[in-house]
Amino acid sequence: MTTRIRFLLQLGFTLLVCLFMIVPVVMSALAGLTENYFVGLKSGLTLRWVNDVWQLYADTIWLSIRLALACLTVTVLLGVPAAYGLLRSRRRWANAIEEALLLPVAVPGLATALALLLAYGHYREFRDSWLFILVGHVLFTLPFMIRPVLSVMRTARLPQLEEAAASLGAGFWRRFLTVVVPNCMSGILAGALMVVTLSIGEFNITWMLHTPLTKTLPVGLADSYASMRLEIGSAYTLIFLVMIVPLLVAIQWAGRLTVQHH
Amino acid sequence: MTSSVSITLERCGRTFANGHTALHPLDLSIAAGETLVLLGPSGCGKTTTLRIISGLESPDAGGRVRFGERDVTQRPIEKRDVGMVFQNYALFPNMSVADNIAYGLKIQRLPATEIRQRVDEVMAMVDLQGFGERRIDALSGGQKQRVALARAIAVRPKVLLFDEPLAALDAKLRDRLRIEIGQLLRELNITAVYVTHDQAEAMALGDRIAVMQAGRIAQLGTPQEIYHRPSSAFVADFIGAVNRLEVIGSRPQGRLVVHGGELHGPHLSGLPSIYCRPEDIQIVETNVAAIQGCVIQSVFLGQTQRLMVDTGSSTPLQVDAPSREHWRVGEVIGLTIPPEVLFHPEQCNSQRDVQEVAHG
Repeated sequence: MTTRIRFLLQLGFTLLVCLFMIVPVVMSALAGLTENYFVGLKSGLTLRWVNDVWQLYADTIWLSIRLALACLTVTVLLGVPAAYGLLRSRRRWANAIEEALLLPVAVPGLATALALLLAYGHYREFRDSWLFILVGHVLFTLPFMIRPVLSVMRTARLPQLEEAAASLGAGFWRRFLTVVVPNCMSGILAGALMVVTLSIGEFNITWMLHTPLTKTLPVGLADSYASMRLEIGSAYTLIFLVMIVPLLVAIQWAGRLTVQHH
Repeated sequence: MTSSVSITLERCGRTFANGHTALHPLDLSIAAGETLVLLGPSGCGKTTTLRIISGLESPDAGGRVRFGERDVTQRPIEKRDVGMVFQNYALFPNMSVADNIAYGLKIQRLPATEIRQRVDEVMAMVDLQGFGERRIDALSGGQKQRVALARAIAVRPKVLLFDEPLAALDAKLRDRLRIEIGQLLRELNITAVYVTHDQAEAMALGDRIAVMQAGRIAQLGTPQEIYHRPSSAFVADFIGAVNRLEVIGSRPQGRLVVHGGELHGPHLSGLPSIYCRPEDIQIVETNVAAIQGCVIQSVFLGQTQRLMVDTGSSTPLQVDAPSREHWRVGEVIGLTIPPEVLFHPEQCNSQRDVQEVAHG
């Protein structure tokens, strides 16, 4: 009987915490679909605000998607070989590099952005293009690719598999592409999940680096919260959720698939 | 199946960056088609020798590796035409059994039909028909090692290298696979180097055995030579069980006084100790026995039993006895040891041809 009471108490507490976290999300989503938030739901539901957001901010959404995919590509191309390099190098500074990679995560994004502006801001073409923001995103997300890949590599007995591949005549690149990469796929997928999510949601660095022509979704969100009516900001949030949730689910699913694979 | 090639190591040593010498410079020739077993305890340099032959490791400056007439010292493993079987299988978990076996064939850019044909052929050789589509993690340890073997021979290498391939398997499976590997090596007539710490495996598979100790070859010879004429106490002790009897006095006509009695060994006079194998000692009536001792323990081994006999020396004498007979602990038994089974490593050394190859 006491175990049952304890179970019910725990269940109640858990549900309370869930409510505490979910209610604001639901409220915000509803606000974006309500004719007039201050009147309430009885003013009726509408897709007008969502449509307005699309008219005003579609560019920011496309830019965020493009940035996230470009960031993912760059972090895979840089991160997987980098993790492999760290794995193979027995030198002490490999550890130091691994720690240093986390610096852009620890340092406030505004400081990173300021440093980028001071160093490269005078290259006008570069500074005005979305690639400038991409550099900031890559700096920030690279460790989130390298770390899971490296930890999978460390458990995958890669050196042995590579020796076997080499004994069968495989040169370095073939070994890397047919043995190393496929056997750390679960790490790459876990990293990809983090990188895409962080890139789409990144605000600090992006806010400092953006120009009126290179606004990303979170920057647009801040803009709409500051200057538009509440319903539009909420509708914008809703679009953000609709974008990111299926993405997260898809990558989670892919991650689980590779775990079963092994 | 393939033209086999001889292997020659010249002054191949290996000292690691931390100053540890894994292998003292050694010379070694392996004939084409021969199976050489590198045998020794862990850390003796056997794996390093294998890795130098494979190309996974380079010898220190001055060392040379030749396959036939060709100097391959500077070639990495992927350019050496070797097949390798590892202790932990090293199969690619991201590929099926057939894809694992076809891996090297695809690198050779063979036509797809020939690849399929060869995969089927080697799978039949290792008794794995119908396993092509299996996942690697759905195989047992023995099956995994068969796949590894098939993968190594599929590319028709000039040399097959084995790095303790059976060490991770249980005893019964180990025996079976050992027999199969032996058959396969004879069928293929391929030059093979086989690293193991298991003396039974070494004797069953090796045309010759190199017993290694502390980075040097302690003895190189046929299994019979190694077993019956070991060149050092270390080799005698490492291969099978051996008794060392201290000679505490000598009499005329080559009679040697040992603890518990006297032995006839004219060829061993003047040596401080003599050696014999447990199975070479005969149990006889005490009144005709050369030496006597008291049974202190009997270890049942199945096909035989090993008696520990106290003859008054510091270590008991090991004697193999028929497994169906009974000896009580404390019972006094008589033993004879024919002179021809008595040996001493130093004396074996002087008898042997010059085969010692390790440089000092």
